Amino acid sequence: MSAFTMPSLGADMDEGVLREWLVGPGDPVRRGDVVAIVETDKAAIEVECFESGTVGRLLVPPGTRVPVGTPLAEIEHGREPAGPARKDTLKPGTRARPAGPEPGKESAGRAANAVDSPARPAPEPSGEAACAGAGPLVRHLAQLRGVDLTALSGTGPGGRITRADVEHAPSPRAPRVRATPYARRLARDLGIDLTAVRGTGDGGAVRGVDVRTAAQGADVRAGAQADAAARPAEFRRESEQRTPPAAPAEEHPGRRTDTMRRAIAELMSRSKREIPHYYLATTIDLTAGQTWLRRINRGRPPADRLVPAALLMKAAALAAREVPALNGYWRDEGFVPGTEINVGVAVSLRQGGLLSPVIHRADTLAPETLMAHLKDLVERARRGRLRGSETTGATLTVTNLGEQGVESVFGVIHPPQVALVGFGAVVERPWARNGMLGVCPVVTVTLAADHRATDGAVGARYLTAVDRLLQRPEEL
Amino acid sequence: MKPLTDAEAASVVKESIAQIVPDADFTGVGPDDRFRDVLELDSLDFLSLVESLSERTGIRIDEEDYPELTTLADATRFLVGRSREATGTSPA
Amino acid sequence: MTATRTRTPAPAAAAEGRTTYRDAMREAMREAMRADERVFLMGEDVGRYGGCFGVSLGLLEEFGPERIRDAPLSESAFVGAGIGAALVGMRPIVEIMTVNFSLLALDQILNNAATLLHMSGGQLEVPIVIRMTTGAGRQLAAQHSHSLEGWYAHIPGLRVLAPATVADARYMLAPALADPDPVLIFEHGSLYNVSAELPAGPGFPGIERAVVRRPGTDVSVITYGGSLPKALAAADDLAEAGISAEVVDLRSLRPLDDATLGDSVARTHRAVVVDEGWRTGSLAAEISARLTEGHFYDLDAPVERVCSAEVPIPYARALEAAALPQADTIVAAARRAVGDPAPARADTADQRPTAGRPS
Repeated sequence: MSAFTMPSLGADMDEGVLREWLVGPGDPVRRGDVVAIVETDKAAIEVECFESGTVGRLLVPPGTRVPVGTPLAEIEHGREPAGPARKDTLKPGTRARPAGPEPGKESAGRAANAVDSPARPAPEPSGEAACAGAGPLVRHLAQLRGVDLTALSGTGPGGRITRADVEHAPSPRAPRVRATPYARRLARDLGIDLTAVRGTGDGGAVRGVDVRTAAQGADVRAGAQADAAARPAEFRRESEQRTPPAAPAEEHPGRRTDTMRRAIAELMSRSKREIPHYYLATTIDLTAGQTWLRRINRGRPPADRLVPAALLMKAAALAAREVPALNGYWRDEGFVPGTEINVGVAVSLRQGGLLSPVIHRADTLAPETLMAHLKDLVERARRGRLRGSETTGATLTVTNLGEQGVESVFGVIHPPQVALVGFGAVVERPWARNGMLGVCPVVTVTLAADHRATDGAVGARYLTAVDRLLQRPEEL
Repeated sequence: MKPLTDAEAASVVKESIAQIVPDADFTGVGPDDRFRDVLELDSLDFLSLVESLSERTGIRIDEEDYPELTTLADATRFLVGRSREATGTSPA
Repeated sequence: MTATRTRTPAPAAAAEGRTTYRDAMREAMREAMRADERVFLMGEDVGRYGGCFGVSLGLLEEFGPERIRDAPLSESAFVGAGIGAALVGMRPIVEIMTVNFSLLALDQILNNAATLLHMSGGQLEVPIVIRMTTGAGRQLAAQHSHSLEGWYAHIPGLRVLAPATVADARYMLAPALADPDPVLIFEHGSLYNVSAELPAGPGFPGIERAVVRRPGTDVSVITYGGSLPKALAAADDLAEAGISAEVVDLRSLRPLDDATLGDSVARTHRAVVVDEGWRTGSLAAEISARLTEGHFYDLDAPVERVCSAEVPIPYARALEAAALPQADTIVAAARRAVGDPAPARADTADQRPTAGRPS
């Protein structure tokens, strides 16, 4: 059994409010399923389960504010659903012939269970019943080795599972990760899969700072300050643990905006404090792009039409493929290129504030797909319905402030990313071409980039690439 | 299908906008104000608005028509005009 | 026991308002003898000679031969006599010249002082204080330079103190004398000439607790006695490299203040233990083990130890220096712990256990 914990949904998240359970005890869940809605300082986020199994007890009732890492629910890994029905019918110590899978048995009562179950008295430790065919030592050993006892047939007296049975069972565990004890503890607390964390310690060992980095995903603490920057967060967490958990939040309506303001303030201050920005701008003739858009939008119902932003976004992502030095992170005094091009989209919220949901692998998406993602993400960002995985992992951010009518935007880089691309408004301007003056739709694209990671020439190459790509919209 | 009246068209426009900007305050939007700017609709919002108007009225709105949807007055006039054309060509 | 009977010159007048470690210790004894007539000092050359390191200089004149007693050169005899005096209600301070010589009295200390309370069913208390010099760094060679306090810290029934500061030299003696059980005080020879302003009035943290001498956030450097100044110097160097080292002074080697050590490591997640004893079976080993037992899940790096090379402490100055923990070896260990290794240095190698000829 493991715990589903309050995830970290961004560098600035220390705590969150469990808003709603979307599953109840006994529900089977798979890795990636949305199981709950968590409200951060910035938004309500649909959070996914990192493991497959069966939902056990819900440990935190809706409306509760808890620190990141707090167990929210138990996830049981036995084959059978460890729902209440099973627990009620089996007494501990009963010689268990593991029941066959009974998936879905509980799902009928699911909606009702979802909310009332925290109030229910705690059932006996789960796993007791499931493993009744084995003694405590064997159960302990099985737990250590990650062996599913219900999948074993015992060779001991009366079919009991023996120590040898467990020792000879194939362990489903992934290869052991070289990690410090502190990093392991932290990973467990933050719900981070250690196998996915890049270790920077001795012999590639994963250290505390690496876990924090991973936990913060796109919002990794940047550069040399990584260690130092992680520390205040630890202190915050410690001080939170001393204070009693906050009462279920009936939030003041202005509160989220205030806290989001503070979160943005902190991140942007850090960016300006740590990142030596340089800025480049170029104005691009968008005649080809506009013509292409008009052509493909003609005859399409509004729902299927593209907006220029989709085209610009695609060009920005493709240009990052050509100039990979702008796509990635500044971390531990060095540039770490992104393995994918994940574009963070700056979305301004009507009540104020910003979110940057992420379009993963944006360079690989056709403009139509990108447009669909964009609509969906922006809409859900504003409704507060983003998923955890959509809030992290950006390797480059694009802001399209031009939507609000300004012609150029000189952005602040979102640490630890190393660049931010800004598109201004598409406007008609006098434009000289081939010695002739005409009126063209133009857009000013700007680049704010981290001078530690790249120099101006790299940035210039990037903007040139964006221009070139936009001249051939049909190839985007 | 009857052609839209001015009042009907105006309320369709406002309802569609309200669907996109739930807390839109129309008291601050004069009939000749550029509502996209006042209510800060971005291009995606605007596309949603077009989608909604089109669905609610059955009127086809092409990209070329977008400039007609700049102010509340323009938009109302546009919808009324189009609905008249439509009903004119295919009387209910 | 014939070496180094050179008379330590009378301490240079300390700067205005400052006291040397030596004077602080003397003042502590003077205060104790004035306050309690059961207190007396006994040891080799403590009277007419003023103490091998000059600690008791002038006390004979003030308190007379009854209370400042020169002992024959037999550690077993005079430590035993001290234990006997303690048993009958006196409060003896016994000075042993160096910890190497204390081995001649080990039988008395371990088999009598440390055990009598237990063996008498709680009837016999042994309120003796045994002071001795420890440590190397003064070219006194392999029979006068070892740091064996860790051996004494092994023994239940003893309290083992290591004053590393002038204030501790001044204020640890009184609570040690007040303790009804035997207390050993280890004075590192390199500290006697250290001077500092004595803090006035209260604020003395007692003899139970370790003290954070310098707060830091990246790594805990845990040390005691003569290694404290080196650890503080190392922390200065580390600070220049952007590494914030917390320096913890054990003060009490037995019992160990696990809470203070643990709290520090829970904050910094890394520890370097500096101990002038030999690495194998050292006090540093004990502390490392305790941190691992109690704070495994706080540790973000293996606990580092900086100890003396496993050789008899050499006489030659350069060799002696190379055998001992130094600020730069502490810095190197701290850098390893935080994962920020400095350019490799040859002399860090001998901090690692080596195979081959037993040393």
